Amino acid sequence: MEQMTLAETIASAFGEKTWTIVFPAIYDTLYMVFYTTILTAVFGLLLGILIVVTSDDGIYPCRKFSAVLGSVVNGLRSLPSIIIIILTLPLSRFIVGVSYGPKACIIALAVTCIPMFGRLVESSILEIPKGKIEAARSMGAKNSQIVTKVMIPEALPSLIRNFTIAVIAVISTTALAGMLGAGGLGDVAVRFGYNRFKTDILIAAILVMILMVQVVQFIGNILSRNVLKKRHLI
Amino acid sequence: MAAQLGERGEAEHFIRIADLRKTFRSRGKSFEVLKGVDLEIDRGDIFGVVGFSGAGKSTLIRCINRLEEPDGGEIKIGDTEITKLTKYELDRYRQKIGIIFQQFNLLDSRTVAENVSFPLEIAGEKNGRISGRVKEILDLVDLSDKADFYPGQLSGGQKQRVGIARALANNPDILLSDEATSALDPQTTLSVLDLLKDINEKLKLTIILITHELNVIRYVCKNMAVLEDGQIVERGPVRSVFTSPASDTAKLFLKIDAGFQIGWNDGGGI
Ligand SMILES: Nc1ncnc2c1ncn2[C@@H]1O[C@H](COP(=O)(O)OP(=O)(O)O)[C@@H](O)[C@H]1O
Ligand SMILES: [Mg+2]
Repeated sequence: MEQMTLAETIASAFGEKTWTIVFPAIYDTLYMVFYTTILTAVFGLLLGILIVVTSDDGIYPCRKFSAVLGSVVNGLRSLPSIIIIILTLPLSRFIVGVSYGPKACIIALAVTCIPMFGRLVESSILEIPKGKIEAARSMGAKNSQIVTKVMIPEALPSLIRNFTIAVIAVISTTALAGMLGAGGLGDVAVRFGYNRFKTDILIAAILVMILMVQVVQFIGNILSRNVLKKRHLI
Repeated sequence: MAAQLGERGEAEHFIRIADLRKTFRSRGKSFEVLKGVDLEIDRGDIFGVVGFSGAGKSTLIRCINRLEEPDGGEIKIGDTEITKLTKYELDRYRQKIGIIFQQFNLLDSRTVAENVSFPLEIAGEKNGRISGRVKEILDLVDLSDKADFYPGQLSGGQKQRVGIARALANNPDILLSDEATSALDPQTTLSVLDLLKDINEKLKLTIILITHELNVIRYVCKNMAVLEDGQIVERGPVRSVFTSPASDTAKLFLKIDAGFQIGWNDGGGI
């Protein structure tokens, strides 16, 4: 293997040969990030709401349920993502039929990211002053109405910010999953960049990931600021 | 005034609270906040409850719409026994009791008009009828020009007007007010109190007003009670409580009130 100078390596990182390898990986990564994000958004939101609603001082206290839910979430959160991915890959065989590749990894990724986003949703909703929820209750609002008309709309700016954090976590966990046969940018970075010392490909893969995170954070900031501005809270 | 004669000839009050008890329990400790409260309030009254911080005023008002479950006693409004309502009946009943708060508790996610329509949505009012009703009420509280503003754009006094509009949306029989003017400056307090007087007359609304400010009671209430350490220690027409207070709390309140009027920081007399 010939030795490249730094300048040559950087030039090669933007070269055509590098990108024929990186481009398909971007597609795989986006595919996994997209579906994992959707699963995380839906189930994380539900989970967060359930945690808040059933807690001792929630609007529908349910001690046993909330204790079980809390332990499951804590259990999943205490394991490193990589362990959860290893544990859940066999599960994917049951759900999507395969235990390798992008499709299989979506389940594993969702299992890691849902509890994390669930906790973030919980903290967003808990930021709402209790008086607002009491006011709704004193007007005869049902619990479902409190969730849909008070909790979610009032917490929206904070939910958007936390969702941004979750999407970024999904992106980095997806890279991690790459090492375990999921494919995508993480896979490329490890297979070429680490195992075969192709620093140019490593640089290209990293640049794309940084760009993705930047774009997500940028969009998240704009959306959340727009909501706050519209409500004249900033 | 508006009291009707009951079957046995005694005055039949609109709201009757008897031996109301509430104890908070947390981590093995129990804390008795209401120790047998008795109150009778007539229809159309503006009834004031005054007491120092921690006396149990908020707990009392929260028991009336059962945000807090009483441990004992009765709350009767008209012929309805509030403590015996089922969950479904309770939601319906709550729609007929407006409440306003010290912290306003408006929804930042909704415009003024949307805040006022909130209780109408809760009550299942048809969309077509909501906007008309909202206009009507915003007119009443003199906020028609702010319909599309967000709470974040309003002053404290305007926020409380929205709070009042929201509380009135479902044509309640009773309005509960928990320190509704305590976060407002004196001038704004006065205008909000004038509004309460105004709607009391126009809508024949019964108002229960809880406060630690004696002046508020003097300005708007017809009858009052003094709450001290979870018990009513004195009650009657506002003027008679002011002119001949019997309880220590009432005397202390009046003394503080007078103290602020005659005490000069430079040590001089009146
Ligand atoms: N949910 C609760 N749990 C325990 N103690 C409470 C609770 N709510 C109120 N208290 C206590 O009850 C007492 C009366 O409270 P409150 O009714 O808010 O008084 P007030 O409105 O007159 O200031 C206070 O000492 C307060 O700490
Ligand atoms: Mg209070």
